[in-house]
Amino acid sequence: MAKVFELSAAAALMKRELAGEFPDARGRFGPYGGRYVPETLVPALERLEAGVKRWLKDPEFLAELEAQLSQWVGRPTPLSPAPTLSSRWGAQVWLKREDLAHTGAHKINNAIGQALLAKRLGAKRIVAETGAGQHGVATAAACARLGLPCTVYMGAVDCERQAPNVGRMKLLGATVVPVTGGDQTLRAAIDEALRDWVSDPNGTYYLIGSAIGPHPYPYVVRELQAVIGRETRAQMIRQAGGLPDAVFACVGGGSNSLGMFHRFVADSNVKLIGIEAGGRGPALGDNSATLTLGRPGVLQGSYTMLLQDENGQIQETHSVSAGLDYPGVAPEHSLLMSAGRIQYDSATDDEALASLAECCEAEGILAAIETAHAFCGARKWAATHPGTKLVICLSGRGDKDMPTLQRTLLKGKL
Amino acid sequence: MANATGAGGAGHETIGAAIRAARERGEPALVAFMTAGFPERARFTADLARVASAADVVEIGVPFTDPMADGMTIQRASHAALVQGVSLRWILEELTAMQPRPTAPLLLMSYLNPLLAYGLDQLPAAARVAGVAGFIVPDLPFEECAELKAALEAEGVGLVQMVTPVTPAERLAMLCREAQGFIYAVTMTGTTGKAVTVPDEVIDYLRQVKALAPIPVCAGFGIRGREQVERLRGCVDGVIVGSALVEVLERGEDPVAFLRGLRLVG
Repeated sequence: MAKVFELSAAAALMKRELAGEFPDARGRFGPYGGRYVPETLVPALERLEAGVKRWLKDPEFLAELEAQLSQWVGRPTPLSPAPTLSSRWGAQVWLKREDLAHTGAHKINNAIGQALLAKRLGAKRIVAETGAGQHGVATAAACARLGLPCTVYMGAVDCERQAPNVGRMKLLGATVVPVTGGDQTLRAAIDEALRDWVSDPNGTYYLIGSAIGPHPYPYVVRELQAVIGRETRAQMIRQAGGLPDAVFACVGGGSNSLGMFHRFVADSNVKLIGIEAGGRGPALGDNSATLTLGRPGVLQGSYTMLLQDENGQIQETHSVSAGLDYPGVAPEHSLLMSAGRIQYDSATDDEALASLAECCEAEGILAAIETAHAFCGARKWAATHPGTKLVICLSGRGDKDMPTLQRTLLKGKL
Repeated sequence: MANATGAGGAGHETIGAAIRAARERGEPALVAFMTAGFPERARFTADLARVASAADVVEIGVPFTDPMADGMTIQRASHAALVQGVSLRWILEELTAMQPRPTAPLLLMSYLNPLLAYGLDQLPAAARVAGVAGFIVPDLPFEECAELKAALEAEGVGLVQMVTPVTPAERLAMLCREAQGFIYAVTMTGTTGKAVTVPDEVIDYLRQVKALAPIPVCAGFGIRGREQVERLRGCVDGVIVGSALVEVLERGEDPVAFLRGLRLVG
């Protein structure tokens, strides 16, 4: 079961997290993180780390990023009140509208930022993995925008259940490679993207889509997604008259959730709740609830919570949502769970689909199935905390989920 | 030759000794890789005995679900072994019970997570008892290896270090100083198993590694035939043959004949 620290150790780790000391010089968030990669990739990661240190603090780079975010991505995204859900749930519900960002999800914040970074580092081509296809579409769009060739690896299972996104990536000029090895979902796509990168570590830039992988990726992705929480915090103060009582986000790899939560971590009165994919239930292989059910280990470059068996073999996962279907999680999430700062819960496939339907019908918004997990968590919390102020990170729109929704919610209704 | 449990110092020193013995015969040592339990779990120790009889050192692959440094052949072999229930615990039990023990030194090649799951407190002693002289861990770069290396060293078991054509000069010198057993010089950027023609710059890089290395240097990744062994003989102490041998075993062909075909001296 999950490693939870003694209170004193947790407090010491939180103090360092709040002081911005993580990741440390070894790429660690407390005990988690690090850089577990083949020797071939070590020089490339050292170059990336040096580039990150230089450019993410460089005023000219940040101005260029800001211009792309405001003029191309469409930031800041709105914070919408949700009047019908508020009256049904008996709470003040607010929605952070990442679904309105260009390409339809928060993934673009990271993709355009890393693509700009790759250009500065002299990359000749970009490779990326994708699960739901949102990161693949965002990367394809960012590469088209900046004139970089792009190859996206996508599990064959995901290509089928997120077919609309495969077509979008191709239209945006990317080469899409279906991955038929391994579990044929996000994990296998990452393995294959890493293999591609190992073959050309000098010319190729690996644009990872979540706050996972070897150092410095968990840091880079969190920094580029932290814009979500910064905007939300200011918008809540302006539009809702103060900070929320609780913030909700779905957790797969952890990029929308860390992006949303990071600016709130120091606000000790704000409850932060991450919702994982409970799938069909709690048995091994039936879900993707890594933080709720996992144990620490090393996968794809970092030491973090994993769904694994007693021999250290990574387990196949299940979720109705391709974007949450992953057996690992951001090392920073492992730290924030172990230190007790973020609470994690899960929603099953059926609960998420019911929440997706409720959001459509109540607020006129078709959310991604991933996002719907966060709605389910918020609804349950509101039931025991009436009158409170909640924000949900509406991380993406659900248009890409139509093939899955035809087979589930719409079955027999057309 | 003494194996890891024998007298005469640390188990990992037997690896260097076996490689040097081949050099004295006038040819590069042959380091053979096979995935444990592939193609058939029941034939593991029988296959190992045959491979060990024709090689100077044997690397035994511990299957893992996510072999990110491996090409299609070893991915396929890993998957097939896992389906048959092969685990690190089972491999160590089989090696411990194996009679007679192979005379060629044995190494385990494993990604880190199966080792962590076994427990770094128990693994080194269990490996020594099983006659394992060293480990190769492809996803464990030098900066992360201190804990495992120290634990293994306490039982005389070595940790082999990999170097690659893209390793910068200063780092190459540091890695060569820290290595145990032999230095695993990866011949190319990429995953295991792709056939390579060993271009001149790779020969130059291998000579550079050889000049820095206080212990033997073996070249691996993509070595499939006698021609490559000929080309490498002057600049390294040994060659590692992995995917090509796994494919021989997969096809049900004779690994001894295949390995003998790679020998340059009688």
